[in-house]
Amino acid sequence: MKNIRLVAQVVLKESIRRKDFYVLFVLTAVICLVMGSVTFYHDNQIVRYLKEICLLLIWISTLVIAITMAARQIPVERESRTIFPLLAKPISRTQALLGKFFGCWIAIAAALSAFYIFFGLMAMSKEHSWPLANYFQAVWLHWIMLGVVIAMSLLGSLAFSAVSANVTICFVAVTFILMLGRHLENVAMGVGEPVRSLLQVLFYAMPHLEFFDVRDLVIHDWPPLHWLTCAKATAYGFVYGAFFLVAACLLFRRRPL
Amino acid sequence: MTANIERPQRNHGAHVAELCLPLLLVGGFCLATNLSVWFRNWPGNRISSNFMRIALGDASRLFANQFFVKADAYFHSGFYPSIYDNQQSFKTPHIAEDSGAMKGRNTGDETRFLAPPRNWLEAFGREFYPTVHTHLSEGGANGEERADTVGEILPWLKLSMELDPNHVQTYIVTAYWLRRMGNIDDSEQVLREGLKANPGNPKLLFDLGRLFFHGRHDSIRARNVWEAGLRDINSLPLPERTNDQNSFSREQILAALANLEAAAGNTNRVLSLLQQLKDVSATPDAVQKWIDDYKSGKRE
Repeated sequence: MKNIRLVAQVVLKESIRRKDFYVLFVLTAVICLVMGSVTFYHDNQIVRYLKEICLLLIWISTLVIAITMAARQIPVERESRTIFPLLAKPISRTQALLGKFFGCWIAIAAALSAFYIFFGLMAMSKEHSWPLANYFQAVWLHWIMLGVVIAMSLLGSLAFSAVSANVTICFVAVTFILMLGRHLENVAMGVGEPVRSLLQVLFYAMPHLEFFDVRDLVIHDWPPLHWLTCAKATAYGFVYGAFFLVAACLLFRRRPL
Repeated sequence: MTANIERPQRNHGAHVAELCLPLLLVGGFCLATNLSVWFRNWPGNRISSNFMRIALGDASRLFANQFFVKADAYFHSGFYPSIYDNQQSFKTPHIAEDSGAMKGRNTGDETRFLAPPRNWLEAFGREFYPTVHTHLSEGGANGEERADTVGEILPWLKLSMELDPNHVQTYIVTAYWLRRMGNIDDSEQVLREGLKANPGNPKLLFDLGRLFFHGRHDSIRARNVWEAGLRDINSLPLPERTNDQNSFSREQILAALANLEAAAGNTNRVLSLLQQLKDVSATPDAVQKWIDDYKSGKRE
């Protein structure tokens, strides 16, 4: 456990030094502040369009940070040959990988906190309310989803030869799931065999990342999710995160450095 | 002791160039004062054009339509069919149907465009997005929204108007909902912007007349605007005059004018307008009944 923590701390420190987060945060803040300064027909309480834009930018930014950060971990260590001194210490490959995962996951939690605090303050300044339960669920589910994405990206970094290939494939896969995941069953019903069966298998097998996207509920002030539903989604995320992590550990143990 | 610094000799060419500089500056200034007037009046200048419209070209109409639909999705607090769902009950945006800007083509149950879930995964997924039919004007998602929350649709309508200034329905819908929010001044402003982009449009004139009559209680301006609308329709060539849209607008204006004149007590004018309405109406029997009722005093 101590080894995992130490590797995670190194990843965390490295992520603080990198400028990705700062650039994306400032960009999000500037765009939102400019959009927020617009008044439509003398009504200062119109806020939902701003919440939508802000949440969209937060989702894009955090996905960019999570995927690029996780995808670089192992290949960069390998290129700079720092992986040899790292593994020469009494630390197993599994521990190194888990350390990398937790480091990325905690770093993204910090980024998410900053983004959502900005979002909350901005929304509150216009609508004068603070729906804490909704915001907590949105952040929590977003974080769990990013855990799955980070694990997927780590697995990709071991399976694909180049970082760019891994990043591209991860982005395509995540976008596909978020946009089409919910409708894949409908699409399957409209095509013939054997594509239908293939799509149905894909529907059940893929991680449904759209379960963690509660933006519509937050934007339109719907009541918060039932906590049991939230817990089930969390368990679902843990299962897929664990699946990708175990696969990555197995692959990392078998691959030559 | 000061150092004796040798200054470089300035040649004649450099001297002339130095003199030319202020001359060129004055020349540029004079030309700018002359050309700026021409440039501002030149229809090809891009100063007054919308940046997004220039960037998107003809695709701006596509985006404008998308934002119009987005406003309707906001009206339903996010409960809206995607391209993969059954869209029969959302063919005409409800914000447009309510405002009378579009004839409704919706069929089926608007509360049930989502088919029953086929499996547990689909059923579980529905917990994470809106699945209940609500309207912002009737309490919204939590049933307790203020009536003016319907203003949340306005940013998308504004964007839609800027991207496609010739889509008349967007102005009518925006003006209608602004009126519902009690914002008469902005509603009038929107309709005037619409008329600026679409001069003499009978639908916009009809709506502006409605605003004067019901919103400002100014029957004189309402009459003038409606009569201008009628004149505009009558001045169109026959095929255009009798198309669905203009026939519908003419019916609307005639009926509105008849009501206005009835309120003013101009009996002869009312009967004349109703007779014209009967000639163009799709339901002449109903208009005849209106005439009979008016003559017998059952209807004022």
